[in-house]
Amino acid sequence: MAKVPVQFRLNGSDRAAFADPADSLLTVLRRGLNDFGPKYGCGQGTCGTCSVLIDGELRLACLTLAASCEGASVETVSGMADGPNLHPLQNAFMEHFAAQCGFCTPGMLTAAKALLDRNPDPSREDVIDAIAGNICRCTGYEPIIQAILAAARTLPAQRRS
Amino acid sequence: MPLALRVVQSLSEAAGILAADSRTTLLSGGTLVMRDVNEGRLTEGTLLRVTDPVWRQIQVSGSRIELGAGATMAAILANRELGFLHAAARAVGGPAIRNMATIGGNLFAGAPYGDFAVALLALDAQVMVLAGYGSPRAVPIEEFLAGRSRGEARLVASVQFNRPVAPGDFRFIKVSRVKPKGLSVLSIATHLPGHASRIGQARVAYGAMGPVPIRARGVERALEGKALDAAGGAAARAAALEGIQPVTDAIASDWYRREVLPVHLGRLLANQS
Repeated sequence: MAKVPVQFRLNGSDRAAFADPADSLLTVLRRGLNDFGPKYGCGQGTCGTCSVLIDGELRLACLTLAASCEGASVETVSGMADGPNLHPLQNAFMEHFAAQCGFCTPGMLTAAKALLDRNPDPSREDVIDAIAGNICRCTGYEPIIQAILAAARTLPAQRRS
Repeated sequence: MPLALRVVQSLSEAAGILAADSRTTLLSGGTLVMRDVNEGRLTEGTLLRVTDPVWRQIQVSGSRIELGAGATMAAILANRELGFLHAAARAVGGPAIRNMATIGGNLFAGAPYGDFAVALLALDAQVMVLAGYGSPRAVPIEEFLAGRSRGEARLVASVQFNRPVAPGDFRFIKVSRVKPKGLSVLSIATHLPGHASRIGQARVAYGAMGPVPIRARGVERALEGKALDAAGGAAARAAALEGIQPVTDAIASDWYRREVLPVHLGRLLANQS
């Protein structure tokens, strides 16, 4: 079966790969482009650890056909930090012990970023709804919720107004 | 022979391909088909993508509403004029799934999924079906769902229905063990025009009470011509189990679903859910 070329922007850089026609975006990211940030968890759309932003919209890379991302802007957890400077969400996750085994963390961070990008001043209920598609089996969720709320408080005031 | 991919621009072209080749599978939001690919249930044939923007359109003109089958749950939630459907759209997955899952895909989701189709069944939606090249044909959703359980493959262009006349005429509840996101123990949608005085053309639909969403005809008969008061609610609860064949799965047994159905129906009708 002939491979299909796929080109998109990945964390701000133009990238290209050859994929099998039915490859998921997650397969192309991990096997083709060596971006191991998004994890393969359930492959069913249940666990959320493969969450990515496609054109700013939260999606699951395991259920997204790679070929459908042609020309899109894809953001993964690997692009959250600005060089050595962690994203406020990453700092807050460390400070609030929001990661234990860490397997859910890429998806949690990405889902939280999707929330703060559109709602910089979320309520606790907003946060719970935003991470409803992400399963964590270690923390009991409370440290994650607190970390996201804390990160929102560190955002510049103009973003929260 | 591994899976191939074909991309077409028009719905009619896609319908023609689907009609001609039974090994072609339409890919919409991906939440059902890509799962089958990942789990090795779909390994051969062709995946078909449609890029026609018409497929994703939502049109609200007066009382008539048309949802393109490729419109997502998130698009429903972003549309203020569709507020009565927001509870049903929010019942589908988490935020990422709602950005992907489509109206058309939900019509093909087996129990305990497919909660949005339950809402469409209570609204007496017409499913606009393309069975090959040509114009879409309107199929009543109940007939469409019955055909789905027989394995009929057709392309859904859109669904059409009338907006409920009064606020409160339409109600929806999804019952799950995990909140805010969990699989359905059951879902119920009711469309009860005239519920404050005299109900006419009652429609009540269940999810997870059969392999596909079903109408609760016993409840509809019990409510017809009545007000939605204590007596009406009691009559509805008494008829709640008529015609159901609940599924047993990892979420709940058929026994449990039978036990709790009248309770949740009663709460929904009393507006206490």
